[in-house]
Formats: sequence, C-alpha cells, structure tokens
Amino acid sequence: MKKTTWEKNQLKWGLLFISPTIIGLLILNIYPMIMTFWQSLNKTGDFGKGYKFVGIANYTKMFHDPEVWESLWNTFKYALVEVPLSVIIALVVAALLNRKMKGRSIYRAIFFLPMVSAPAAVAMIWRWLYNSQYGLINHIFGTTTNWISDPNIAWLSIAIIGVWSAIGYNVVLFLSGLQEIPRDYYEASSIDGATGVKQFFSITLPLLSPTIFFVVVTSIIGALQVFDLIYMVMSDNTPALGKTQSIVYLFYKYSFVNGNKGYGSAIVVLLLAVIMIITAIQMKLQKKWVYYN
Amino acid sequence: MTKQAREKLNTTIIHIVLILLSATMLIPFIWMILTAFKTQTEAASINPFIIFPSVWHWENFTAVISTYNFPTLYLNTLLLIFFRVICAVLTATMAAYAFARLEFKGKNFFFGLVLLQMMIPSQIFIIPQYIMISNLKATNTIFALVFPGLVTAFGTFLLRQSYMSLPKDLEEAARLDGCNIGQTFLKIMAPLTRSGMIALGIFTAVFAFKELMWPMIVCTDLSHSTLSSGLARMQGQFSSNYPQLMAASLLACIPMIIIYLIFQKQFIEGIATSGGKL
Repeated sequence: MKKTTWEKNQLKWGLLFISPTIIGLLILNIYPMIMTFWQSLNKTGDFGKGYKFVGIANYTKMFHDPEVWESLWNTFKYALVEVPLSVIIALVVAALLNRKMKGRSIYRAIFFLPMVSAPAAVAMIWRWLYNSQYGLINHIFGTTTNWISDPNIAWLSIAIIGVWSAIGYNVVLFLSGLQEIPRDYYEASSIDGATGVKQFFSITLPLLSPTIFFVVVTSIIGALQVFDLIYMVMSDNTPALGKTQSIVYLFYKYSFVNGNKGYGSAIVVLLLAVIMIITAIQMKLQKKWVYYN
Repeated sequence: MTKQAREKLNTTIIHIVLILLSATMLIPFIWMILTAFKTQTEAASINPFIIFPSVWHWENFTAVISTYNFPTLYLNTLLLIFFRVICAVLTATMAAYAFARLEFKGKNFFFGLVLLQMMIPSQIFIIPQYIMISNLKATNTIFALVFPGLVTAFGTFLLRQSYMSLPKDLEEAARLDGCNIGQTFLKIMAPLTRSGMIALGIFTAVFAFKELMWPMIVCTDLSHSTLSSGLARMQGQFSSNYPQLMAASLLACIPMIIIYLIFQKQFIEGIATSGGKL
C-alpha cells in the first residue's frame, strides 16, 4: 500500500517544503503590506516617532499636493521615453543579430554590459559625460547644454541613461524569442519574394508579439519605479529636481529623509494603484495585438 | 547586382549599424576608464581637450581604496550576495517542488500568496521592513542587508516552472524503488532543475549587487555599506573629483563584469529564461 502512504504524506511534506517560503512571505511581505496600508491612514508624529489614526487625511493631502502630481507626471514622461525607445532599439538590434554572423556574441556581450553594472556607477559615469563644462557630450557636439541642471532637459537626459541601461536586457529576451520562430516561415516567404524589411513586419513582429508584450509590461512597471538614476544623477539642491523627481523618489524623500512615514506610505499606495491600473489596461489591450498560437 | 553581392552589402550595412550602436554602449565605459587614470587638471582641461592621460595615474585608485575602505565594501557585497543566493535557492527549490508536484490542502491559497507578492511593487514593503530591522536593533549588519531576500516569490515561481517541465515517470520510478517524498525530491528531482537554480542564483546575485535603496536605508555606516550604496555616499562627499569618482565606479563594476565575461553563457541564458526584471 505504498501509494496511499505516499498520497497521505503529501500534505506533511508539502507543508514542510513550503513553510520557509510561506513564513518568510508572511513576515517580509504580507504583514508589511498590511502595515503600509495602515500607516497610510495614520499621521506620523514629530521626529518620525509614534502615529495617530487620521483616516484618509494623507490621501486628501496627497490629491491636493502639486508636488505629488508633478512627480507622477515626471514618472510618466520618463516611462514614455524610456520604454518605447529601449524596446524599439532592442528589437532592431535583436533582428540584426538573429543570424549567423561574425562577432555576434561580442555584440551581444557589449549590449549586455550595463545590465551587470551597478546603476549607482552608471549614473556617476553619465553625470560626468553630461557635465556642462568638462563633459564629453558637450565637447563632441560643441554644445554648452546644462544636461542635468536645466529643468526642461534633465528628465530627458535621465531617460536616455535609462534607455542605454535597458537595451541589452531587452535584446537578450528578444533574441531568445526570435529563436522560437521556425526558419521555414522565412524561407517560404523568401520564395514568395518577400525581403528583409517586409519579413520583419509580416513574420517577425507578429510571431514575437508575446515576447514584446512581456517586455513592454515589465519595462513599464520598472520605469514607473525609477529611483536609482534620479537619486544618483540629480543634486539635492538643483532647481531641476522638481521637474525630474519620480514618485518613488518622493516616497523615499518623505519616508526616509523627512521621516513622514504616513505620507510616504500613502504615496507608495498611489504607486501601487497606478501600476495596477496601467497593467490591467495592457492586459485588456493585448487581445488586439498579441498573437498566441 | 548579383544575389551574392547584395548579401555582402547587407552584411556590411548590418555591421556598420551594430558597430555604431556598440560604440554608444562602450564609450561611457571607456570614458570612465580614461578619466579614472587622469589627474583632476587633465580631466577638467577643455583647451586642449585631453582624451588619453599623459601618465596613467594609479593614485586615484589607491586614494579611493583607502579612503572608502573598498576591501570592506567588497566583502559586504560578497556576503550579501552569498547569503541571498543560498537563501533564495534553498527555500525556493523546496517550495517550488511542493507547488509543482505535490497535491495537498491549501496549496492554491499559498500559491496565491506567492503570486500576490510578485504582483506588488517592492516599495510597498520597505517601510515596515525597515521598522522591523530597526526594532531588532539590526541596522548596519549583514543580516539587515540580506533580510528582504530571505525568501523569494519570484524564485519559487521560476523553479516551479522547471519542476513542471520534468516528466512524471521519474517520480513514479523513484516511488516504486521505495523512496519517500523527501528522498525523491533530494535525489531525483532537485538535481534535474540545476539550470533553473543557476538562473535563479545569477538573477539573485546581480539583483543584490545592483540594489541601492535598501542598503542605503539600513546600512548608514560606510563600514557596513555595499558597493552600490558606498558609491552613493562617495558622490555626496566628493561631487567634483571626477577622476576619483570614476576610479571608484570602475572598482565597483569590475568584479561583476569579469564574472559576467567568464560565465557569459550562463548569465545570458539565466536572464533569458528567468525573465526577471533587473
């Protein structure tokens, strides 16, 4: 009767195997999640000590706080540049690399380098490249632009770093998606006289659409959480900070610099809501352009 | 034009495009290296604009290594990565096997918790996690650095996929040979998910290496910082000494880049199969 013992033992072993993970999730994630919601309904006392229930006061304050709206808008602007550019450039690179050619693995390795570099270091490097007096970029283009201190340009300069950092990751995912597309499709359409560019639009794009969808969804979620680059590139006192600080930056500032954890919690709940809504919209829209076979 | 000639032209154009794009990817790194070896005067010289340092100065490296105690930063980062990877692979591989291969009451509910964690942005957890660490009086410790990564919902999900792709017969055979569930898992099933575990390990290591906000919050002493959070602190203090900042950036990046260049295949496969966002 081994089979029944096995079956009976499943509960015992199952619970034993999942218990470290589940206990960990409860302590590290589920309880904190509830606490964050709870804190967002509380006012943090002076010096960040103690709290008092205030209902939705933090949320009403937030909806009337121009700094919150501005940082939300900054985050969207960043995502609207970073995501499409990093996806499109990566698509082109992946399509070009998806063939037998010399140097393929070298190119792939180069594009992937930023992925294994610390964002803190990447941001410092670009800060130096962007330096208005001595920077390489102004020297090459013969400009005198204040790339990171001009409030109108700074967000774009940061988005460019974001694109540069993300391309390699997207290339790797697209390349592995491209390898799933059967070669015969291309051969058949070649016989019909289709050329490279036409094949890209009629075969590659539709068949790669599930991968593109995955990359777009995760990239948007990542972009909406942008923090490291802004924290490292922007100085605390630059006038451009207001026009570049993201929602997570604002969350960090309120929670860990100003010690107002209640308001910080309300801001991060807003971030959660924004991410949920945007992801839900994409899930709806995917039926219109993603092909699953 | 013959077909061959056209093919050749195509390949040339492709290479030109790729070389231009690769140059854009590489120039920031090259500029970091060149600046790290310059004096401050050379780095700030515009007329003439200096590309290569006249003498390769190693002083910037020795200066930041001693001022910022780089050996400690390396050690902290290494310990963080070591414990995060061990914890993630151990806990996730057990939970993943149970979720993929065992039938028991409450399984779907518990797996729901895993999915819930994956859907929620990590910033939601940070304030209470910080409060826990601070109540435990554990700020500025390796434990504090490792803390949010003791378990991993993402890793559990990833390895569950690995187990689900294994054939059912394997377990049947082990069972008929008299293995209990624990033995079947340990001796038969877990070794077969090696590539999944490697992917998770690589992902966890790179993620821990790049993390900035958490180490900045819980390890405020430089002697307990990681490379990432140490760099953030240096920039705050030394915001204009670019040769030293570039030397520090180079020192922070080089170990991971070397490991990546050695294990390139595993890195790229690991990232591609895990699909985790770094």
